[in-house]
Amino acid sequence: MNNLFAVAGVVIKELYRRKDFYVLFVLTILICVVMGSVRIFNDAKIARYLKEICLLLVWISSLVIAITTTARQIPAERENRTLFPLLAKPLSRTELLVGKFLGCWFACGLALLCFYLFFALLAGSREQHWSFINYFQAAVLHWVMLGVVVALTLLGSLVFTAPSSNTTICFLAVAGILILGRHLNKVALHLPEPRRSILYAVYYCIPHLELFDVRDLIIHNWPPIPWRVCILATVYALAYATAFLIAASLVFRRKAIN
Amino acid sequence: MNTLAENVSMIKPSPLLARKAIVKIENLCVEYRRRELCGATKPVVNNLNLSVQEGEVYGFLGPNGAGKTTTMNVLLGFTNATSGEAWLFGENVREPIARQRIGYLPELTYYYKFLSAEELLRFYACIFRIPKAERERRIDDVLKLVELEHARKRQIKTYSKGMQQRVGLAQALVNNPELLILDEPTSGLDPVGRMKVREVIQRLKNEGKTVFFSSHELGEVETVCDRVAILHQGELKLDGRLSELAESNRCSLEQLFLRVVGYEHHPDTPPLPCV
Repeated sequence: MNNLFAVAGVVIKELYRRKDFYVLFVLTILICVVMGSVRIFNDAKIARYLKEICLLLVWISSLVIAITTTARQIPAERENRTLFPLLAKPLSRTELLVGKFLGCWFACGLALLCFYLFFALLAGSREQHWSFINYFQAAVLHWVMLGVVVALTLLGSLVFTAPSSNTTICFLAVAGILILGRHLNKVALHLPEPRRSILYAVYYCIPHLELFDVRDLIIHNWPPIPWRVCILATVYALAYATAFLIAASLVFRRKAIN
Repeated sequence: MNTLAENVSMIKPSPLLARKAIVKIENLCVEYRRRELCGATKPVVNNLNLSVQEGEVYGFLGPNGAGKTTTMNVLLGFTNATSGEAWLFGENVREPIARQRIGYLPELTYYYKFLSAEELLRFYACIFRIPKAERERRIDDVLKLVELEHARKRQIKTYSKGMQQRVGLAQALVNNPELLILDEPTSGLDPVGRMKVREVIQRLKNEGKTVFFSSHELGEVETVCDRVAILHQGELKLDGRLSELAESNRCSLEQLFLRVVGYEHHPDTPPLPCV
């Protein structure tokens, strides 16, 4: 655990010492504050739209932070040759990978905390009430989902040579799952064999990231999700993250690093 | 003058050979797969045998592409040998525990530029599980040794190349290693930077550390090394104590090196001075 937290600590330091997070955070604040200051169509429930836009920006920003931060970890270690002194120490490749995963995931957690605090302030100032349990559930499920994205990107960084290609492919895969994932089984119903079976296999294999998107819960002030469901969703995400990490570890162990 | 083969075989066992072998390589072969030749292999290291004794400074020489870095990569567990074995402190290099007592300085490394020297060393010391009080003491000591105390809190991105190389040396020393593996430690440094790195190696030698290092700076090797090995096209061509090699061949290390690698002297250029 000592080694894992040492590696994770460096990743977290990297996040708060680079400008990426601050740029996205300031951009989100600016857009939301400007939108919140104008009164559109004199709609009394304008706060709902404002919350929706703010949450969409938070989701996009968090995915950008998670994917770009993770995608550059291992390639940067190789390019700057810091991988050599690191692995010349009593640190295994699996420990390095898990440390990087934890670092990226915790860093995303810190970024999410800032985003959701800002969101809570914004929503509360417009609605005059705070649904803290809903905010907490949305933030936790969002963070758990990012764990899967981080693990997937880490695997991609070992498979694809260039970080830019990995970033693009991961963005497309994650966006595809979030937008189309829930509809794949319905599309499969209308397809002939063997495409139907293939699509069903894809449907059951992909991590259903859309399950963690509970923005509607806080946009429409719905009652909180039962905790049992939250725990099940967390276990589901951790299982996928573990599977991706095991695959990444197998790839990394076989990879020549000279 | 003796032939090179005679020189290699005539080297008598020195008192150092009676010491413990820290690095031992036996019949090491490494082959890389060539992409352009449909999976054909290219031998990089061919049947290498050598050992480095405790307290020795061992110069590992050879022209570019001779297989020096590959041999180091095998010792560090980065590359798997095609055949043969290598041991560090009697532990097979395939085991991570073999790396607990070593320090490694790779060639031209750009350390995490967003960290300061102090933070970088703390990170590496954490991996060695050095207790906190001891860790801080070690960081102070190595920063003093590499003369970076004044810049310890500055981010590495503000460092000159020489300072970065000294940070590298500091990270290699943070665990107080018994064996140091240095891959071209003075590569790309100015004369002052080289002198500083050389002084550090000299101090480590005086402290009784074992140093295994590759270099193209033959003058530097002559200054600090007890023993040298010359590798050419993956094969060990020469291995012996510097003093004995100079005595038996009556020439400088540079001349010996050029002869071993088969360099033909151009008649228009002035000959190298003999010792």
